[in-house]
Amino acid sequence: MPWRRVRLVERRSQTPSARSLVFAAPGWPGHLPGQHVDVRLTADDGYRAVRSYSLAAPADDESIELGVQTVPGGEVSPYLADDLPLGADVEVRGPLGNWFVWRTEQPEPVLLVAGGSGVVPLAAMIRAHHRTQSRSTFQLLYSVRTPDDVWYRDHLADGDPRHDVRIVYTREGPPAGARAPGRVGRSDLDGPASRLQPASPAYVCGPTGFVEAVGDLLTDMGRDPATIRTERFG
Amino acid sequence: MADGTVHLDGNCLAGPLSEILAVEPTTAWWRCPECTRSGPLAGLHVYGPEPGLTVRCPGCSYIALRLVREGEHIWLTVGGGSGAFRFSTA
Repeated sequence: MPWRRVRLVERRSQTPSARSLVFAAPGWPGHLPGQHVDVRLTADDGYRAVRSYSLAAPADDESIELGVQTVPGGEVSPYLADDLPLGADVEVRGPLGNWFVWRTEQPEPVLLVAGGSGVVPLAAMIRAHHRTQSRSTFQLLYSVRTPDDVWYRDHLADGDPRHDVRIVYTREGPPAGARAPGRVGRSDLDGPASRLQPASPAYVCGPTGFVEAVGDLLTDMGRDPATIRTERFG
Repeated sequence: MADGTVHLDGNCLAGPLSEILAVEPTTAWWRCPECTRSGPLAGLHVYGPEPGLTVRCPGCSYIALRLVREGEHIWLTVGGGSGAFRFSTA
């Protein structure tokens, strides 16, 4: 699979530390929602760093959108998020990954569970589903620390009657919040899980600890482990 | 790869393995010879990238695969033993 040069054409803030980056990618072969790319940066002295980033949007006209969360002290993410100039190139390899994908032919209702930046590939799935005539419903349970940490508010409030988005806060919620801040637990998953079919997929993405805790909750609740697809962001 | 010590999963192997495998690998099925847990490569736990990528069974940590990049070579060891294949990517 070749490395392609793509050019940064747009940068948008999602949260104080997270950015959407849009790259012009002529000849992009398309991709499935959930897939990622590897991004390679080469320094003047030849030093190379490679990191994976999820595609945030469904396949579009020769451009790709990535979601980048700045990792404090990280080698690549702070640079990509805030320093790579508009008009500059990076190399990408992809699209990658056939496991953590949603395909438009899948008929079952879907559960998406996102922790922080894990929302990026799940947003691609929601945005792809929005474009279809599918009758399936999508439920997103989105866990963030505070209201400032929510990505893609516009895409998540798309007005699509098939989409149900619940945001839960782990540290600090909005003033009149009905749910006390805290980690995702059984009580957050019971309702959404009750609206799934046995074969419904659950896609769980975010920090490793979050993904494993949620995966354990879902299997404890009786979801078939074979229907749970996970992607750990470390 | 993550900069810290927390593991990732086999989804992140899609790019590196694409350099030596022609078939998309993350959906490959694997059964642990140690604890018999089975599942996709995407679900295995991945540690690294220094000194290379070590891919382990999520149930018992048995080593499924090791992948090390050395310049234009990629060393692949299947299982936890010795005897790596050295692929030349140049």
